[in-house]
Amino acid sequence: MGIKFMAFGRELFIHDTVINSWIIVIALSIFALVVNSKVKKAKVDEKPKGLLNVVEIFVGLVQSLVKSTMGTGPTRDRLMPYIGTLLLYIACANLSGLLGVSPPTSDYNVTLALAIITFTLTQYYGIKTNGIGGYIKGYFDPNPVMLPLNIVGELSNPISLSFRLFGNILSGGIIMSLVYEALRYISPLITPALHAYFDIFSGLVQTFIFAMLTMVFVGGNLPDEEGI
Amino acid sequence: MIQGISNEAFILGCSAIGAGLALMAGIGPGIGQGYAAGKAAEAVGRQPEAQGDIIKTMILGQAVAESTGIYGLVVGIILLFVRPLLGAL
Repeated sequence: MGIKFMAFGRELFIHDTVINSWIIVIALSIFALVVNSKVKKAKVDEKPKGLLNVVEIFVGLVQSLVKSTMGTGPTRDRLMPYIGTLLLYIACANLSGLLGVSPPTSDYNVTLALAIITFTLTQYYGIKTNGIGGYIKGYFDPNPVMLPLNIVGELSNPISLSFRLFGNILSGGIIMSLVYEALRYISPLITPALHAYFDIFSGLVQTFIFAMLTMVFVGGNLPDEEGI
Repeated sequence: MIQGISNEAFILGCSAIGAGLALMAGIGPGIGQGYAAGKAAEAVGRQPEAQGDIIKTMILGQAVAESTGIYGLVVGIILLFVRPLLGAL
């Protein structure tokens, strides 16, 4: 699997998880364009129906999740699309194991990229809220002896965040392939239950946890703007 | 070299043992997550109307407790499939 090609005088290899993630991104973009054109045509005083109804339920869910975890305010409203995108992308990526392709989140590159986005947001809002002095002072809290521990604690967030998603999805895939290899002809009797657990339950729970932890990390550094 | 065993086979066997030992890290998160789930069940029994919040908090805490087990798992997977120790030959 994967694509091999020659460029710059070297052989380059694109792994199939990357290709799957491109497919998911393109499919979600097309979905977003379709929904956008439908939203523009919809009338405000009518009930939404069909696809719009589902999308509206999803948007409402994301809004209530963000409100209950991070509170309300203009900065929180600006973070809502990011949380929604995370939920949609990771859920699609984890569920793609059901189609027999290797899920993009079983590649450490993908989960590390997602975790780095969250880490950057956390640091950005940390500096923006506290100012550069308050941000640096946070590392010397409660006393300067704790400086190395604070730095390690800050750096371990993205690592554990990415390892959690990666480890769960990859171990599910490995166990599934072991069962398929071991049982061969009678595997259709056992594997549907394992697919239901590893792909659907575990995938959706890990999606939720990734979004929740992102909200907790980023929300801890946001400015107070309750009631604005 | 031990009699009849090539260096590569010896390293692969030791890697398998190491992976098995690394997966013993799963004991701790198992106990911890079970404890958290038991406490959450108690809390729901005492206050059924707060079930949504309790489940959300429980899953978040369990996710954080899981990370040590996941580290062990990743170390095991790396030992078995990436085989970094073979490069030392």
